[in-house]
Order: sequence, then structure tokens, then C-alpha cells
Amino acid sequence: MLRLLDIEYNKLRYSRSARILIITYFILITFIALIASIEFNIGQIEFRVADQGIFNFPYIWHFNSYIAALLKLFLAIVIVSMMSNEYSNRTIKQNLIDGLSKKEFIMSKFLTVLVFSGISTLFLFAVSLILGYSFSDFTEFSIVFSDLEYLVAYFIKLTGFFAFCMFLGILVKRSAFALGFLVVWYIFENILFAVLNFKVFRNTDIAEKIMQFFPLESMSNLIVEPFTRLNAVQTAASQIGSELDKDYSIHWYQLLIVIIWIAIFVYLSLALLRKRDL
Amino acid sequence: METILSLNNLTKRFGKLTAVDNLSFSIEKGNVYGILGPNGSGKSTTLGMVLNVVNKTSGDFKWFDGTLSTHQALKKVGAIIEHPNFYPYMTAEQNLGLVCKIKGTNTQKIHEKLEIVGLLDRKDSKFKTFSLGMKQRLAIASALLNDPEILILDEPTNGLDPQGIHQIREIIRKIATGGTTILLASHLLDEVEKVCSHVVIIRKGVKLYSGPVDEIVNSHGFFELKATDMRKLEELLEAHPKIEKITNKDGVFTAFLNDPMEAEEINSYLFEKGLSLSYLIKRKESLEEQFLQLTNQTTQN
Repeated sequence: MLRLLDIEYNKLRYSRSARILIITYFILITFIALIASIEFNIGQIEFRVADQGIFNFPYIWHFNSYIAALLKLFLAIVIVSMMSNEYSNRTIKQNLIDGLSKKEFIMSKFLTVLVFSGISTLFLFAVSLILGYSFSDFTEFSIVFSDLEYLVAYFIKLTGFFAFCMFLGILVKRSAFALGFLVVWYIFENILFAVLNFKVFRNTDIAEKIMQFFPLESMSNLIVEPFTRLNAVQTAASQIGSELDKDYSIHWYQLLIVIIWIAIFVYLSLALLRKRDL
Repeated sequence: METILSLNNLTKRFGKLTAVDNLSFSIEKGNVYGILGPNGSGKSTTLGMVLNVVNKTSGDFKWFDGTLSTHQALKKVGAIIEHPNFYPYMTAEQNLGLVCKIKGTNTQKIHEKLEIVGLLDRKDSKFKTFSLGMKQRLAIASALLNDPEILILDEPTNGLDPQGIHQIREIIRKIATGGTTILLASHLLDEVEKVCSHVVIIRKGVKLYSGPVDEIVNSHGFFELKATDMRKLEELLEAHPKIEKITNKDGVFTAFLNDPMEAEEINSYLFEKGLSLSYLIKRKESLEEQFLQLTNQTTQN
């Protein structure tokens, strides 16, 4: 297993574009801290984002994992191109001739995906911990380390997304088209959702029940947007008379759906590679 | 003799087209084999199948004694298919380091192998800066990294200039004299003739011949002769029982044999009859002549 990771590490390490994207990605995660310094004035009221409690434990786990997940696109580019470049350089052929099995090839890629997600999660954990201790109103141990399931969800969400990218890279063989396909798929899911929600199953929640099984939708369901959970927003909402009772927690079946998708994408990648003549 | 690779009724179909049709042959240790055939005859497809990159339709093949899985066996094989494939953004040495990791050999041999192919001074240059000849030589170095039991080369001189072709052939010859088994696919007859001891000839995916190079056609070779008195020479040759046919080309007689005969024998025969030769040479048909003869035979059949 280490051998497979080592092989993939060597392929990525010398690629300048991969290096730049990966470094950018991690730097951007640390930039979440910059949100703290956002200040603006609404009329007479001075508004500081950091004072709104976004860095309070345990809310920070939710907030940061949501924001950091938006940046996953940077790594997605790296993953798509590390798959499709093997085709365009024909190095996949040489790898197999040199004695790598097709299973080992896919495993080396998937292990890299796991490592990327794992490091991202650890990194996010460290960044959030530091930010939290600097700004949070509560720093009791039991509060700091509650709601950590958001990090688990973050890890699964990234792995799912990257596994999807890996599969698209193999399927389409060209980085640009694979990323294009990703966008097209995203649009497709949204249109389908709109059609189901507003036309077919009006005024019911059947559309949501169906859509939660689609890959991108299931991944985005894992971490619900955290903004409406803020006290300020809640107060504002109740003042205008609307009740926000969104379910912000993470459910086991949501994790399971994404895990099943991960298994499907890895299996399909291998099946596709096995079936193809190179 | 130790068998390195054996193919048994290996077949590949692409839709309606049968690229490789029930091909069977085996590769013994220590010989230099050529797979010969025109472009599109199924050479690369055959190699692709045994190298795990093309899926077979039916039949099977066996590496070594058949106890290893294909990808494990391939770690003991060195192979290059068509044009060299490496990571363009990595240097020669980095690329070879990666191959070492895949093959599970240590990286100590990288410099030694780069030396063999004459690329040691370019080891820190990126692959994308290499000329085609250098890329091809790097591919050979990479195939040699694990000191393979068999070296498989598919059209190694394709697209190279004469100097590059010469360099590659010298390298192959050097490797062959070291006792490494080689399997060389080519459509260039002289290339195969120069380095191979055995050939497998295929056309349209069908095997026409496999065996030693000099037994392709049933032939005892021929003499080329010249004398001052050409008419007398012709008469004497026609009278000889072991000579089947005489042709005259540019003032040289070519006498084909129907029985084995050495040059001494014909020389003393002619001398006894009072004719001295000014030119005598015994030759075997070149691979090209044999190849054409063979393919012609099968076309007629």
C-alpha cells in the first residue's frame, strides 16, 4: 500500500502545476481566518463578523468545514488531471507494462484521494482549533470537542467528490472535458431537482427524497449551509416572523449514501480500465 | 530448454476484424526472436495482449512456468511498445526512478543503464526536451532496469534517423551478446535478419512460420559464379546433378542447389573439367528473399 502511494507521490511531486494547486488550496484554507477581520458599517452600527460568533465552538466545526469544502475544486483539478494525464501521456500503458496491475493502478489513485481528504481534514482541524481558541467565547474542553462529526462528514464529502473526479478522469480521458462534464452533471442534477420539485411533485418533499440519492446532491447534503444557524440571523428571522427550523445535523444514512457512491466510483473506474484496450 | 513465454491459440477481435487469429508459439530462453510482418499484421496487438494492455478475446498465454500472475511476471520483463511513454515534466533519472518503484527493484542501476544507452550526461534533463532517438534510448534503459529475463521491443527504430537506427541496433546487439532473450517486432526485414536467430512470421494475424531464421524456406542456398569462359561454365553447371537451376544476372551465374554442396566441391569439380573461376561465393537466401518466397507461397495456396 505504501508502495502504491509512493509511486503516486513521485508522479505528483515533480509536476509543477499540481504542486502549485495543492499549495494554493492549503493556503486558501488558512485564509478562512481572514473572515475574522471583515468589518463593515450598516448605518450607525459597526459590524464585525468575528463578533457574530462564527468562530465559537462547536459552531466553528460546522462553519469551517462548510467553507473549506467550497475550495475542494482546486484539488479536484489536480485529481482529474492526474487521471487523464496518464492517458494523454500514455504513461498508463507503460505503467501496466512495467508490472503494475490495473487494480494496483486504481488503488494508487484512490489511496491518493484518501490521503488528500485525510490531510485536508487534519489541516482543517488544526486551523479551526487555532481560530476557535483565538475567538471563541467558550473554550471548555467538552464544548471544543463536541460536534466533531462535521469533520467526519467533511472527510467523506471530499473523498466522495474526489472519487467522482477520479472516475470522470478515467471515463473522459481529457482533463478539460472531464471538468466540463462535472459542471454539466452539476447543472443536470439541479435542473432535475427543479423539475421534480416544482413540476412533478409539487408541494411534497418527494423530490428531495429522490434527489438525496444523486452523487453531488448527496455530497452537498452532508454539510448543510451554516449561515442561517447564526444567532444574528435567527433573531432577525424571528423578528420578521418566520421560523427557521432547518435540520443542521448529520445523519448516518447521508454518510452511507456517499460511501456507497465512493464504492461505485472506484469500482466503475476499475471496471472501465479492465474493459478498455489501451 | 526453459520456456519464457508461450502463446496458445491467442485470438483478438476488434468487432468484425480479427487482428490476431489463433496464434501459438513459444519463446525459449537465450534466443533472439523476431516477430515479422507487414504493418497492421497484428504484431503490436499480440505484444499488447501478453503485456496486459490489450484484452484477449480467446486463447491464452503463459509467462515463465505459469505460476505468476501476468503483472508479477511483467516485473521480470523489460518491454517498450511503439513510442516511448514517460512523464514529460520529469527528468530522465526521475522517470527511471519511478519505473524502479513500479518494478520493485532498487534504484542503483539507473546510472549504469543510462550509461549503456549513452544518456548519462542528460540524466537531469526533462523528458520533454529529448529528441525521439533519445526518448527511444531512454525507453531501452528503462526496460533494462530490472535486468530482465526477456527484453521485448516493438518497432524500436521506427521514425529514427539513420544515426539513431544505428545506435539502437548497436545497443540491441550488445544486449543480445550478453545472453538476454530478446523479442523484437519489426516490419524491417534487414533489422530482424541482423539480430535475430529465430523468427515468427505473421500476416493478417495468422502465423505463417516460426522457427530458426535459416530454415524458413526449404533451400540449400545458391552459388554465384563467374569465369572467363562463361559458355563453358554454363554447360558444366547444367551437367552437375546437384544444380537445379541457373540464372544469369549482370554477367554472374546464380546456381540454385537441390542438394547440399559446399563451395570446395563445385570448385574442384569445375577445376577438374579445366575451368578456373574468377568469382565464387556461396550464399543463403536473404531473409527478404525467403520472406517474399514464403508469403508468395501462401498467397498461391
